[in-house]
Amino acid sequence: MSVNNPKFTEQILDMTLHLKFYFNEVCRKVLDEKLLEHNIKHKIIGFGEVELLEKLSPEKLKAFSNALNDCHIEIVENQKSILAQKIKDVIKDMVFNEDTVVNLKASSHLADTIGHSYGYLSNLFSEVTYTSIENFIILQKIEYTKQLIINENLSLTEIAFKLNYSSVAHLSTQFKNTTGITPSAFQRIITKRRELNQEQTT
Amino acid sequence: MQDDYINIILADDDEDDRLFFKDAFDELKITTKVKTFNDGVYLMDYLNDKESDLPNVLFLDLNMPRKSGIECLKEIKKNSRFKDVAIAIYSTSASEEDIENTFVMGANVYIKKPNDFKTLKKVLSEVVTINWQYHTNGLNKDNFLLRL
Repeated sequence: MSVNNPKFTEQILDMTLHLKFYFNEVCRKVLDEKLLEHNIKHKIIGFGEVELLEKLSPEKLKAFSNALNDCHIEIVENQKSILAQKIKDVIKDMVFNEDTVVNLKASSHLADTIGHSYGYLSNLFSEVTYTSIENFIILQKIEYTKQLIINENLSLTEIAFKLNYSSVAHLSTQFKNTTGITPSAFQRIITKRRELNQEQTT
Repeated sequence: MQDDYINIILADDDEDDRLFFKDAFDELKITTKVKTFNDGVYLMDYLNDKESDLPNVLFLDLNMPRKSGIECLKEIKKNSRFKDVAIAIYSTSASEEDIENTFVMGANVYIKKPNDFKTLKKVLSEVVTINWQYHTNGLNKDNFLLRL
């Protein structure tokens, strides 16, 4: 981005930069760097999957695992956790990635992509994560809504459309039911909190 | 990052409330370790000790003798060592304005103390589960606001 961009310079004067993260790309980059650092021949298959092209000694694997832990990446060992993680990744992809077909029914999309019945996935998910798939989807959508309200200044109408809600009222109600506060109260609180933090640091 | 249990701390001067709180957590399916303190001074002494285990979620009663929940909240928010601690205000009642203020000051959760044990269990379980989701899914804790 050019420094001459008025929006950008204004933000510098403000001393606060609002960042947008591309989660998949960030994670992939960190992972790739760590693999190179440890001289591991590999192929990154997809999000959250790496194929090793050589056999690692237990010491080397342990060292690599520790290095990943430092970056808050964890090697998943248990089969159930692996599946639960896959379910989460598919859901996040559905919620965050606008290019993915939006009108999909979550249950059939999950079953098709992962290759198990929805009933099986649903039970497994609740067992491993302490929440249901339905609640997880709602939580992800509401978190995304929060991000959009704060970082991109979108109106609730725009967000409802973007996230494929049937109406603003539906999104608004779901927000209130999930967080206990209304979207506008949320926005007010975060704005005030930022002002307070700025007063304290200046 | 994989924890076998969730560390919980409650600061509350009411003995019955502390007891109910512990009992409620005993009955949840998520494994927790619960510590309680009788007021804000004891709590802060513990938290400021570098040897102490920090809680995943800290429940603060607002009205306590010697040091109130609000004072604790302010001190905690000033210290970056506590940035990963989720803070839940646990109070009998407050005005809308008070509630919003505690959020602005950095609280993540506001719970009105329920009158019966069943609701208490449900509410605490919800707080811990949602906090767990933030913890395990790399969600932005700054946006974690929950009112129950």
